[in-house]
Amino acid sequence: MSVLVYTIITLTALGLLAAVVIYFVSKKFAVQEDPRIEKVEAVLPATNCGGCGQPGCHAFALAVIQAGELSTLHCPVGGNAVMKQVAEILGIEAVEKDPYVAVVRCSGSFEQRKKTNVYDGESSCKLAANLYSGDTGCAYGCLGLGDCVQVCDFEAMYMDERTGLPVVIEDKCTACNACVKECPKNILELWPKGKKNQRIYVACVNEDEGSEARKACAVACDGCSSCFDICKFDAIEMKNDLAYIDPEKCKQCLQCIDVCSVHNIIAANVPPDKIAAVTQARLKREEKERQKKEEERLKAQQNNGSPITPQA
Amino acid sequence: MAARLHHKLKSFRLGGVHPNDMKLTAHVSIEPLPLPAFVTIPVIQHIGAPAKINVQVGDTVKVGQIIAAHEGFVSSNIHASVSGTVTGIHNAMDSSGFKHTAIDIQRDGDLWDESIDRSDTLITDIRLNQKEIVSRIMEMGVVGMGGAAFPSHVKLSVPEGKHVDHLIINGVECEPYLTADHRLMLEKPKELIVGIRILMKALGVDKAIIGIENNKADAIELLDKLVQHEPGITVEALEVQYPQGSEKQLIQALLDREVPSGGLPSDVGVIVHNVGTTVAIYEAVQKNKPLIERVVTVSGKEVRRPSNFMVRLGTPVIDLLVAAGGIPDHTGKIVSGGPMMGKAIADLNVPVAKGMSGILLIPEDESKRAESYNCVHCGKCIEVCPMGLEPYQLLLLSKKGNKERAKEEHILDCIECGSCAFVCPSNRPILDYIRLGKTQVRKLKKA
Repeated sequence: MSVLVYTIITLTALGLLAAVVIYFVSKKFAVQEDPRIEKVEAVLPATNCGGCGQPGCHAFALAVIQAGELSTLHCPVGGNAVMKQVAEILGIEAVEKDPYVAVVRCSGSFEQRKKTNVYDGESSCKLAANLYSGDTGCAYGCLGLGDCVQVCDFEAMYMDERTGLPVVIEDKCTACNACVKECPKNILELWPKGKKNQRIYVACVNEDEGSEARKACAVACDGCSSCFDICKFDAIEMKNDLAYIDPEKCKQCLQCIDVCSVHNIIAANVPPDKIAAVTQARLKREEKERQKKEEERLKAQQNNGSPITPQA
Repeated sequence: MAARLHHKLKSFRLGGVHPNDMKLTAHVSIEPLPLPAFVTIPVIQHIGAPAKINVQVGDTVKVGQIIAAHEGFVSSNIHASVSGTVTGIHNAMDSSGFKHTAIDIQRDGDLWDESIDRSDTLITDIRLNQKEIVSRIMEMGVVGMGGAAFPSHVKLSVPEGKHVDHLIINGVECEPYLTADHRLMLEKPKELIVGIRILMKALGVDKAIIGIENNKADAIELLDKLVQHEPGITVEALEVQYPQGSEKQLIQALLDREVPSGGLPSDVGVIVHNVGTTVAIYEAVQKNKPLIERVVTVSGKEVRRPSNFMVRLGTPVIDLLVAAGGIPDHTGKIVSGGPMMGKAIADLNVPVAKGMSGILLIPEDESKRAESYNCVHCGKCIEVCPMGLEPYQLLLLSKKGNKERAKEEHILDCIECGSCAFVCPSNRPILDYIRLGKTQVRKLKKA
């Protein structure tokens, strides 16, 4: 019995002693951390996705406190709402940034882009891209093995089985940049969400000569330049037989969509009747021009005194 | 023939595997393939910078005329392999699986450049001096014909401060099925020996060893007899073990020297040339003949007429397949190179290039990749790796994109022999990931 008593007394004494020592040590060697770091971290989404360029949310909080300003630091997942809270904690003005979303710049579905060989290796875009130019005639387009879907932390992407192309669910996409970094063919790109959530982009990255590109894929941009010619805002750039729309300059007039010969300029979330209206207007304009020309021709013939002939 | 059986044969020390050697065409003589109707000649068929095109669409060219000139030292001249008209310059798929600039020539007759000696007479007298030999080889566009296609003149220009004392002629041909070098050793042995003499003169060495795997007894016997009167040249039979024909393994087997990590054979005083290259060098130096044709083995279990063809470079692969009796039913893959290191071709019109030693037709049941499972850590890949690496770990590091660690684990020392993937009981795509890792690490270096 006495053994039990002694044991309890000894252990209790040791415990108390240790507690006292630990108390003073913790006071003496306490690490002074800016309390704001914890606060900032609490408002961050805690996804540790790395979309901000920092290794994780804690690192982002540290970076924010160290920098003391927000011009270069932005959490794409939390967006402006979270950044506003962060700014409040720091007691500074919030910097508003346009929200971005990932877009897939390839429309080469199974139907549009025929397979020329069968890839039977490990299902990984990275491996396939390292091995050869791909299982279709297009050496630039989507390989369809879904590395981007694998890497997405937000379940914002899936592979469309009918087309073989990835699809971005824009409500879930946080523009963390993970898929953009992962894609070996550089098909994915972050794009400003745009006014009314509408955005215009060319869904092709094929830089081959026009005829070669079209041979491989029915919707490949062949560099016909009709979009470039019609754009009034200088927003379209032609390079290596490929059109690229600068989202900063694009005013969403929709003229380019109307004239694209392969119908491969995507107008996300733009109501179809709006595009149809642009086409209608163009047809009307063309009809007017045709009539005008016809009148002029008739007039010229009258002046010459030659017999009037209806145009064939 | 049995002379080589009484003592233990030389071999490399570490790892290695024993695939079934399947040399179906070992007794089939080299046969010239009928001239193709048109050729597609890529301007990059070698390691180094692409050659610069110096013809235009519509030009007429003769056989042996330079159509693309080397750019810089590590590059190679490209010659017209047929005479005719240049019909196009465009991007075309080649056996690497990627598209590169290529020159199309529509053949018209067979008109050779006058400077080329087309006779069969053997010229043993080497008139050119050391420097002239190297510049002639460079001019004639000779590159390593064993597969890697490294420009031969670069190998022969030993950097100052390095002393080379041995020349090794690689007649191992350890890849199953392939017999291009074997047939050359049997059919052009005298040319081969003059070629070796030329290389010895260019390097200033007095010792040369021809290394041949012991499954080519006829070639060993023939060359052994011929080198009796050639001071300094010896023939060495080697154990049949894959990858005996890899440069570093061959040096270790023959001379017991180890090329340091990231180093070159010249660091240990050795230069290695392949048999096919040596014959091409003989032709370039003695006959003024550029590298415009090569021996290609067309083989496979179900191929009707497995053959060794002498083919003009740029000939579409389909021509070779037709000459070998067509594509058998149930062919799963058509591979350029051997079954261990070769690469499936994605298009039947890819042209024969300087480094293409064989075309294999693999039946569907063998070509399909088996389902891959998790690593069971059996360590077999480590056991067979001839470079002493840990392939399973390199796979994981490449998969995770951990380039720094992969580099520390010497991923760049991998010779891509494929022994690890060959033995893996879980069918893991080890080599695929290591190749990816190597690409990533090389990019890291550049950045």
